[in-house]
Amino acid sequence: MVKLTIDSHVVEVPEGTSILDAAKSVQIKIPTLCHHPDLPPTASCGICIVKVNGRMLRSCCTPVTEGMEVITRDPDIIEARRTVLKLTLSKHPNECLTCLKNETCELRKLTADFGIREDEFEKITCSREEQPTDDSTKSIVLDPRKCILCGRCVEVCQNVQNVWALSMLQRGIKTHISPAADEKLGNSPCIKCGQCTAHCPTGALTERDDTKYVWDMLQDPEKFCVVQIAPAVRVAIGEAFGYKPGEVTTGKIYAALRRLGFNAVFDTNFGADVTIMEEGSEFIERFVNGKGTLPLITSCCPAWVDYMEKYYSDMIPHFSSCKSPHEIVGALAKTYYANKINVPTEKMRVISIMPCTAKKFEILRSEEMFSSGFQDVDVSLTTRELARMIKQAGIDFINLPEEEADSPLGSYTGAGTVFGFTGGVMEAALRTVHAVVTGKEMPEDALEVTPILGIDKGIKEMKMDLNGKEVRIAVAHGIGHVQALLEKVREAEQRGIGPLYHFIEVMACDGGCIGGGGQPMGVTDNIRKARMEGLMNDDRNSKQRCSHLNPDIKKLYDEFLGSPLSGRSRRLLHTHYQERKLYNK
Amino acid sequence: MAELTQDQIEKLKALGRTQKENLLKLGEEFKERVKDYKASIYTCNATSCHSGGAANVIEAFKESLATMGLDKDVRMVCTGCMGLCASGPLARVEIKGRKPMLYEHVTPDVARIIVSEHVAPALKQNADEELRLSDFLKKKELSLDLPFFTKQRKIVLRLLGHSDPEDLGEYIANGGYQGLMKALTMKPEEVLDIIKRSGLRGRGGAGFPTGTKWEMLSKAPLVDGEKFMVCNGDEGDPGAYMDSCILGGGSHAVLEGMMIGAYATGATSGWFYIRAEYPLAIQRMELAIKQAKRYGILGRNIFGTDFNFMADIRYGAGAFVCGEETALLASLEGKRGTPHPRPPYPTQKGLFDKPTAINNVETLANIAPIMVNGPEWFSEVGTATSKGTKVFAITGKVKHSGLVEVPMGTTVGEMVNDIGGGTSSGKPFKAVQTGGPSGGVIPASELHMPLCYEELKKIGSMMGSGGMIIMDQDDSMVEIAKFYLGFTVDESCGKCAPCRIGGYQMLQLMNKIAAGKGTKADVVKIKEIGNAMRKASLCGLGQTAPNPVLSTMKFFKDEYDALLIDGNEPDEVKEDKPVTGCTINIKNN
Repeated sequence: MVKLTIDSHVVEVPEGTSILDAAKSVQIKIPTLCHHPDLPPTASCGICIVKVNGRMLRSCCTPVTEGMEVITRDPDIIEARRTVLKLTLSKHPNECLTCLKNETCELRKLTADFGIREDEFEKITCSREEQPTDDSTKSIVLDPRKCILCGRCVEVCQNVQNVWALSMLQRGIKTHISPAADEKLGNSPCIKCGQCTAHCPTGALTERDDTKYVWDMLQDPEKFCVVQIAPAVRVAIGEAFGYKPGEVTTGKIYAALRRLGFNAVFDTNFGADVTIMEEGSEFIERFVNGKGTLPLITSCCPAWVDYMEKYYSDMIPHFSSCKSPHEIVGALAKTYYANKINVPTEKMRVISIMPCTAKKFEILRSEEMFSSGFQDVDVSLTTRELARMIKQAGIDFINLPEEEADSPLGSYTGAGTVFGFTGGVMEAALRTVHAVVTGKEMPEDALEVTPILGIDKGIKEMKMDLNGKEVRIAVAHGIGHVQALLEKVREAEQRGIGPLYHFIEVMACDGGCIGGGGQPMGVTDNIRKARMEGLMNDDRNSKQRCSHLNPDIKKLYDEFLGSPLSGRSRRLLHTHYQERKLYNK
Repeated sequence: MAELTQDQIEKLKALGRTQKENLLKLGEEFKERVKDYKASIYTCNATSCHSGGAANVIEAFKESLATMGLDKDVRMVCTGCMGLCASGPLARVEIKGRKPMLYEHVTPDVARIIVSEHVAPALKQNADEELRLSDFLKKKELSLDLPFFTKQRKIVLRLLGHSDPEDLGEYIANGGYQGLMKALTMKPEEVLDIIKRSGLRGRGGAGFPTGTKWEMLSKAPLVDGEKFMVCNGDEGDPGAYMDSCILGGGSHAVLEGMMIGAYATGATSGWFYIRAEYPLAIQRMELAIKQAKRYGILGRNIFGTDFNFMADIRYGAGAFVCGEETALLASLEGKRGTPHPRPPYPTQKGLFDKPTAINNVETLANIAPIMVNGPEWFSEVGTATSKGTKVFAITGKVKHSGLVEVPMGTTVGEMVNDIGGGTSSGKPFKAVQTGGPSGGVIPASELHMPLCYEELKKIGSMMGSGGMIIMDQDDSMVEIAKFYLGFTVDESCGKCAPCRIGGYQMLQLMNKIAAGKGTKADVVKIKEIGNAMRKASLCGLGQTAPNPVLSTMKFFKDEYDALLIDGNEPDEVKEDKPVTGCTINIKNN
C-alpha cells in the first residue's frame, strides 16, 4: 500500500494505482476526456493534469508514490485545463442539438461543468465535404469531424478486440482515425462489434440509427410488426431511465413495445431455447456419435462469426451451423407464427432489439438470413435506439405496468436468459446435453457451472463428466482473448493430439452481450457484473431452467419442426460460413 | 541465444582470444601499410562536401597522382567531416616534416593544381625549403590557425577528417576498441563508476546523467533473458547534423560506446535507430557492424570473456517526434511513432517491454575516450555541472558555418564571433537560436553567456542536440518564431490535444500577426495557449514547441508590438518563463 496526500486528504491505495484513481477514493473526480476505466490510459486529452511537488503531471498515467503530495486544483491547473478544453472545442463542431450522442457526450458535459460559454479560439473544424461521414457498414457510423482523438476506440479495437480495423492516420492537425490507408470501415477488418461506439466519448462513433424505418413500419396499417428483445436488453435499458444497472425490466419493456404499436411482442430468449435444442443436438452428434469435427464452437455472436470468417476461416468446420437466436425467432415468426395467425409473410415485419451493433450486419449476412422467403429479420435496433424510441413516444417507462410476452414465441426458460453473458450459452447447452445424454435432469445445485461464469478471466476452462466421458470446455469473451485459445486448438490439431477441447463458447464483447456494443453508454466492469447478476436472478426466478423443458419449445417441435436437426430445422434454423477477406481490394 | 555446453563456451573463448590478437594485428598491419607514405591527402567526403562534388575531387587527386607517378608516395584518404562545411569540398595536405595545409572549395581542377604545385614539388624539395604556390592556390588555402580550429577541443570528432572511417585497421591503430578491451578487464560496476564520475550527460537535449541512466538499466532484471541498448540516431532539428557526421565518420566509436554500455549494464543486444535520410550514416554503421562481426567484436564470448553482444540497425522514417525516446521505441517495435507516458521509464519497461537504455549518438561516442583516458581527464573539461565537450552545428548567417566541438562553457560570443567569425553579412549580430525548434533565442545582449545545460535553460532555450542558427539584424524574429512553430506543428504526432490543436491555433495567430493583422488580444491568446501546451502536453515536443515564440516575445517584444494593429501589448500580462527540456524536466528550473 502507498500513502499519499491529495488536496490535503491522506489516501492509502495499492501500489500501481494512478493518481486519478486514488483521487476517486476520496471523492475527487479529476476531469478527463480520454481515460476510460476499461482501458489503459491513452494519455491524449491533456485535461487531467495535476500538480505534484510543483510539477504538472497527467494523473491518468502517473502512478502514486509514497509521500506524494498532489494538488488537483488551483488557479494554475484550472486555467490550463480550460485552455486545453477550449482548444479541443475549437476542432469540434457545435452540432450538439442534433447529435446522436448529445445525452451522453462527455465533451458536452465537461464543457458545461467548466462553464465555457463561447468559442474563444477560431473554429477549425472541417466541412462534411472535407471529412465525409463513413456509413459504409450497416452497423457503425464514423463522423471524423466530431472525433477528439482520445484514442479509446483505437485502444479497444486494437488491443482489447485485436481486430485492428481502426488506427490513427497522418499526424499533427491532420491526425484522424480511420481504417488503414483511409479505407472505409465497410472495406476493413471491422467486425462491427461496436465496442468503439460504446467507448467513444463524443458522437464520432455511433450505431447506425435505424429507428426511422421502424417508425415507418409501425405507422403503416398494412404491416404486421413483430418485435423481440435479446436477453441482455432487459437488464440494461433501465439505465437510460434511471434504474440501477442490472435491474430486470422485462415486463416494462414488453408493455412499452405494445404501446409503441407492435402487433406481437416476442422474446429472443425463446430463440435461445431453440438454439440449445439445435446446437445441443449438434454437440451430441459430434461428441457422442462421432459425426463431425471437435471442438464444436458456438456461433450465436455475429461479430465473432465475422471475425472467424476473416481471421480463422480454417476453423469453419468447427463452427456450429446453428443461427443466432434472433434469426431463429425471425425465421419462425415468418413461417410457423405467420401461418398460425394467418398473416401473409410479405406483410409481416420482424424487428429485433439487441445489445449489439453487429446484428444490424448479420440480418443481411448471407442468403440463409432469408430462409422464410423474405428477410427473416427486417431491422435490428440496439438497446440505445429502443430507449430513444420510448422517450420520443413519451412513454413513462418507470411507471409502466408489467406485461407478459405473446405466445408462442415469447416464453422462455432460465437457460434462454443466461445467453446474455459469457459462459451462459455453454451453461444452457450443458443443462440440456446432460439431460439428453444421461437421461437425467441436472440437479438444481449443479445448474450454475461456476468455473465458466464470471467476467474476471478472459478465458475460462473446465472439465465435466458426461456418462463417464470427460468433456473439456473453454469459454472466451472479448475477441482479444480468442487468438490464444484458437492457436492452442490449431496447434493440437497439427500435432495430431485429439481435440484439446470438445466445446468452445466465444462472445466478441467483454462480459458477453451484457457488455455489448449497442448497450447504454458508460459501461465498466462493475456495471457488467451488475447486469450479469440481473440475468442470473432472472434465471433463478424462472419456472423452468432448461431449454428442453419449455412447453412452447416442445409444442414447436411437435407441431412444426419435428425434431432437432430435421430437414425443416436445417433449412430454417441453420446457416453456413465462408472465408472473407480483411480488405476487399 | 541458445544454451551452450561448458565445452562449447571454452572453445568460443579460445576463439575470442585469437580474434582479439587478430584485431590488434590489424592495427599493426595498418601502421606497416602507411609508414612508407611521404604524404597524405585527406579529402572530406561527408554529406556536405560530397554533395559539393567531393567524389570528383577525389578522382582528380587519384588520377593526377597516378599520372605524376606519385601514387606510391601519397596516401589518399576519404575522411569524415572536417568541420568547415560551408567551405567544402575540403582537402588537407600533410607532408612529412611540413605544416599541414587546408584547401577550401576544392574542384577537380584545384585538386590537379594542388598535386602539381604543392604535393609534387614538396616531395622533391627539402622540408625546410619554402613552397612557391600560385596566387590562385594561395586564395584557396584556409589557415588552420583560424579560431574556428584553434578554439575547438575534439573528443568526439577527434578522428573525423583525420582517418578513413571505413578502415577498421586505422581505427585500431588510433586506439580503437581499447576502451572496450579495458572495460572487459573490469567489473561492470567499475565501468559504471567511471562513467558516473566523468559527469557525462546525455547529448540529445535533456542532459540526463548517462551513468545514472545506465545504473538504472543495470539494476533492472533481464526480461525473457533480454535487456537492450538503443542508440538514438533520429536527429531531426532543422540545421543540425552532428549525429549524421559522427555516425558517418566514426561509426566504430559509437558502436564501441554502446558495447561498453552493454557490458556495464548487462544489456544483451543493441539497436541503432538511424533516420533513413542519412544513407551515409547507415552505410557506415552497416559496414562497422559487418566488420565487428567478422573480427569477433560482436558475438559470443567477445575477446575471450563471458560478454556476449549483438547489434543491428533500424531505419527511422523521418518523423521528428521519433527522436523522443518513447516514440522511438514504438517505432522500433513497428508501431505508430507516438510518445507514451513515463513512468514506466524505458530503463524499467522499454523496447518490447524489456529494460532499455536509449542514448544519443554523441553520448555514446564519448564513452570509449572516457574509458581510455579516465573520468578525471574528461571532467576537467567543461563547467561545474556540464562536463566535457559539445558538438554544435553552427549555421545561418555566420561566416564560418559547420560542425564544431567546443568545451562546455564556451560563451555564445566565442561561438559567434571567434569560431563563427562573425556574421556572414557583416551586419550586426542579432540573436542565435539554440536547441532547434524546441529551443529559444539568445539575444546579442547575452553574448557572455556560457553554453551549458543550466544557463541555456535559464534563458528559456535548451541545449537540444546542438543546432545553432545565427541571425543578423535583417532577420525578423516573428518570422523565425513562425518558422520553428510551423515545423513543430507539422511534426506534432497528433496524439495529444494541447500540442496538436494548440500548436496549430498558435500558428494561425502568428500568421495573423506576421501579416500585420494581429491585435493585443491575439498576443494574450498566444501566451494562454503556450502556457497550456507547456503544462499539459505529454512529451517534450509539445511542451517546448511554444519556446521559439515565447522567447522571441520576451526578448524582441518591440518587433511584435510593431506588427500589431492596436499598438503595444498591455503591461499587466504576466511574462511567463518558458519551460525547457523533456518531460522529466518540466518545472524543474
